[in-house]
Amino acid sequence: MTPFEFIRPATLAEAVAAGAEPDSRYLAGGTNLLDLMKLGVAVPRRLIDISRLPGLDRIEAQPDGGLRIGAMVRNSDLARDPAVLRGHPAVAEALLSGASAQLRNAATVGGNLLQQTRCPYFQDPAAACNRRDPGAGCEAIGGVTRGHAVLGWTETCIATHASDFCVPLAALDARVEIAGPGGTREVGMAELHPLPDEDSAGNPAIRPGEVLTALVLPPGSDAFAGHSRYVKLRERTSFAFAVVSAAAMLDMDGGTIRAGRLALGGVAARPWRVAEAEALLAGQAPDAELFDRVAGVLTEGAHPSGQNGFKIALARRIAVRALVAAAAGTPARMPALPGSVFASEGDLTHV
Amino acid sequence: MSDVIPMPVGPAGGHVRLGSNAGQSMTRRDGIAKVTGTATYAADNRPDRLLHAVYASASIARGRVTFLDTAAAEAHPGVVMVMTPANRPPLAIHPDEKVGMFGQKIEALQDDGVRYAGQPIALVVAETLEAAAEGARLLAPRYEALPPRIDIDAQPRFEAETVGFGFPAAHAVGDLEAGLAAAARVVERDYVTPAQYHNALEPHAIVAEWQGDRLIIDTPNQAIVMMRGVFAAYFDMPEENLLLRSPYLGGGFGSKAAVWGPQLLVILAAKALGRPVKLALRRDQMFGPVSHRGATRQKLRLGLDAEGRLTALEHRAAAVGSSFENFFEPAGRASENLYATPAMAMSHEGIRIDTGTPGAMRAPGEASGSAALESVMDEAAFELGLDPLEFRLRNYAETDPATGNPFSSKALRECYAQGAARFGWAGRPLQPRQMRDAAGLLTGWGMGTAIFPAPMFQATARAVLRADGSAVVETAAADMGQGAWTSLAQIAADGLGIDVSRLEFRSGSSDLPDAGVAGGSGHTATAGSALFNAGADAVAKLAELATKDPASPLFGAGNAAVVARDGRLMLADDESRGEAYEDILARAGLDLIEGHGKGVRGEAEAQSRAMFSHGAVFAEVKVDPDLGQVRVSRLVGAFAAGRIINPKLADSQLKGGMIWGIGFALQEEAIHDPRTGRPVNADLAGYHVPVNADVPHVEAITVHEDDPFVNTLGVKGVGEIGITGTVGAIANAVWHATGVRVRRFPIHPEDLIG
Ligand SMILES: Cc1cc2nc3c(=O)[nH]c(=O)nc-3n(C[C@H](O)[C@H](O)[C@H](O)COP(=O)(O)OP(=O)(O)OC[C@H]3O[C@@H](n4cnc5c(N)ncnc54)[C@H](O)[C@@H]3O)c2cc1C
Ligand code: SF4
Repeated sequence: MTPFEFIRPATLAEAVAAGAEPDSRYLAGGTNLLDLMKLGVAVPRRLIDISRLPGLDRIEAQPDGGLRIGAMVRNSDLARDPAVLRGHPAVAEALLSGASAQLRNAATVGGNLLQQTRCPYFQDPAAACNRRDPGAGCEAIGGVTRGHAVLGWTETCIATHASDFCVPLAALDARVEIAGPGGTREVGMAELHPLPDEDSAGNPAIRPGEVLTALVLPPGSDAFAGHSRYVKLRERTSFAFAVVSAAAMLDMDGGTIRAGRLALGGVAARPWRVAEAEALLAGQAPDAELFDRVAGVLTEGAHPSGQNGFKIALARRIAVRALVAAAAGTPARMPALPGSVFASEGDLTHV
Repeated sequence: MSDVIPMPVGPAGGHVRLGSNAGQSMTRRDGIAKVTGTATYAADNRPDRLLHAVYASASIARGRVTFLDTAAAEAHPGVVMVMTPANRPPLAIHPDEKVGMFGQKIEALQDDGVRYAGQPIALVVAETLEAAAEGARLLAPRYEALPPRIDIDAQPRFEAETVGFGFPAAHAVGDLEAGLAAAARVVERDYVTPAQYHNALEPHAIVAEWQGDRLIIDTPNQAIVMMRGVFAAYFDMPEENLLLRSPYLGGGFGSKAAVWGPQLLVILAAKALGRPVKLALRRDQMFGPVSHRGATRQKLRLGLDAEGRLTALEHRAAAVGSSFENFFEPAGRASENLYATPAMAMSHEGIRIDTGTPGAMRAPGEASGSAALESVMDEAAFELGLDPLEFRLRNYAETDPATGNPFSSKALRECYAQGAARFGWAGRPLQPRQMRDAAGLLTGWGMGTAIFPAPMFQATARAVLRADGSAVVETAAADMGQGAWTSLAQIAADGLGIDVSRLEFRSGSSDLPDAGVAGGSGHTATAGSALFNAGADAVAKLAELATKDPASPLFGAGNAAVVARDGRLMLADDESRGEAYEDILARAGLDLIEGHGKGVRGEAEAQSRAMFSHGAVFAEVKVDPDLGQVRVSRLVGAFAAGRIINPKLADSQLKGGMIWGIGFALQEEAIHDPRTGRPVNADLAGYHVPVNADVPHVEAITVHEDDPFVNTLGVKGVGEIGITGTVGAIANAVWHATGVRVRRFPIHPEDLIG
């Protein structure tokens, strides 16, 4: 592979400075980046290992009631953190529904948020791809597009965001802290994952030399804890990316929904939320007909970007399913198959 | 050097033998070496001064390479050689010629042509793997590309001359049209199966080292001595100068019973550079030159009388091959020997597309053909208003429908009965979409019949009884994970009449007697027979010594009157009269006594009997009614496969086959971009095979079966049969759950949502 320099900065400031050099990439768990390097898709000249930077591996309750999660916290540790399980169970469920135990042990919070699309043309250096090479064209269009977007895509890029974790995060209005040469900024999930437009393919909005340092679950987001689910449709029971998925959260006041959150995964370049759809939930009693209407508004404007029209119906149905599951209440213990439509099956071991 | 596996002895090693060695669930002898990482797979070898090779793969599927930046690659630090068609040293045989029984045209830089995406177009050798990889990247090939032919259904079809490895492409019995005309009902259906890739966990790999004019290669191989001959032919060298070592394979599934172009290039490079060279394929490179299961389009027509008996069975399969070679998945053959019918016709068409050449992949032909046959049988049963099992029993073949020959043994009725009882098949509603579980998931039950031939190839073995009563046996068997190190040793020990703990087994190396191919589910039968006979030969010689020796308690007894057990020879009718092997050898002043054996089927039996393993597979699936996700919640198979040498290993093989059936029915599918011909899912994240969570419950029952005709051991085979029957059973269960009949594999969620 292309020779590269390997640096392990001692401080965040050093990491930021090193990352600003051309052709540098940050290495966290490496489960995405190293694969891309082996494929010849990522060809960094400098690899900056940020996995041992001090202070980025903590999960801290904030004085305002929010939860601040360091970027280097491992996916598996976060999924089993008592505060997360108690306050944000759908986040844990989404994490545990992703990849495999081995990958989750290595993957970090920052890496999961900044992982690249699984578009096969993105992963094939011989294919034209606007995301890799702005202006080159999009070879996915007209190709094999089962996994591609049905919402929010343009001719520039039809890729989807692959993360399960990000779907409940988006629903919870999570924010991330980013340290860069000019100081620290905070952005919301939607801003971190821009949709493609006429000119740009929608890469994560993080600039060279910026390190994602933390994820913040805002105060009050644990109001949904009692009615919070993630549901994921996949072609094998475990260890597969979502065909479509949904996170649904309800803040219940007796039999009435005080507020609801709903996001779809696997359908767009970012977890898909529609404020008007969520607004329909407020003040209503949970009800199949209502949920169907909400799901309809959520998927309004969906259209196939290739041979993927079937995902529109599936997206709508999985939104309803997640709402129904959320309305039934968060299960007392994590299902054996987290996020699965077969959640009730099998023994108690997570897969 | 061949490998010897030290035997764990005593209670700590865990195995307590009762009676004969065969029939015992002995734990695999290589297990500890494997889980502790001390078992050396080919790519684990690191001889001194080792160089590393990486080949560059074509990114077009048809055309030619017009430019390779060899200068850039050569200039990269550490690169020592860039081999292209322009400088590739000669081979004694052109890669477009076929060598041996399993020979195919292969790609070894014979010219600048590209016939599929992923074809090797240059080999870069370097001091490190990283330098070789970068050298290959720096070649930045340019091409003159032609539009590739990828869309299977857009290509012309032609009558295939042969299928598989030269089998007849057509077979007919009786008058098909008359049978169809006489039918009260004709059921005609089309089925589609995709391209599948073996994806053994261990990639193809080789370490090649020349020592003068001797060549040593470490490479996983399923036919060690035969392939030594093929390698030797390409290099025009005497076979005995070539040592091929393959003590362990991390799965083969048919793709390692051959010689592939990249291996030849590595051997050439090792010779040219005078240093050992290693190559291990990347996962994506496993989707190119090392074969796969070709896609099929199959049409079945069943003629049925009013009682649901077949009057005619037609299976016409169009099989997809490469543009330049003639391996076609023999799917139609799956229908030849299973159901009784007065008229049958099997035939094959070929279709050519621009991918690598398909080859044998676990149950080649049988798997794809059985998927279609067992589906159409289910469709017919429903049309007739019959229970699918009852329908199969009505069409039970008492003799082989293809030849009229009797079966050497066939306990299929017992398989149906035991499988159905264990599964709880009785009371299954005939109509689909009748069952829901507590969680509201659609539940369906389906079944399929399993069948697989019980072939034998040819093998030889040597057995040596030593002065201390221990023994060594030798044959170049291949352990692909199926357990040959263990089950063959059990058979060999029985041949010698000793406990398996007294046996040293040398195997996995081409300097040993030829064990034939580990394929076709015939390895245990073939190599096992050779080993057993070698042991028996040594024992016969020993008996000869004893019965002629006046000092022996066996003096005067005929050979036939003597039995061997636990390291002793005894009179058959008075076991108190006998003596230990050590004593016989000591008195004769011999250090050892050597026996030889062959494993080959008698011609008379082969001609006069049909020899197959059979089984019945029952599947329960759960389907989400809104989202279409399927899970095989229960799988029960009952199999009659002759004598079972090691129940634990056989169980693993049968279950493994059934799990392949889950993959075939619901997951496995290689997809190529229709415009470029490049695979879009050439990794294990994109090419799905089942994971543990997909297999919550799988059970394999072995039904007792004595077969005096297959071989003296009574062994058939268990390696492949598990896939057959299972694919259909799952598809039928999916239909039973949902009422939706999907005739294109694998079944996807979107196929099932209304
Ligand atoms: C076989 C397979 C199956 C998978 N299945 C799933 C699945 O089902 N669901 C799912 O959600 N995910 C799945 N994943 C993806 C997995 O979740 C990601 O690979 C993982 O989360 C990435 O985390 P990492 O720490 O290893 O990131 P890395 O690979 O180290 O980094 C990923 C990217 O983020 C950048 N980066 C990382 N951390 C920072 C930071 N703090 N600041 C700035 N930049 C940073 C890196 O430079 C790189 O570009 C799968 C992955 C594999 C390989
Ligand atoms: S969909 Fe996006 S990621 Fe995929 S090839 Fe097109 S531009 Fe690249």
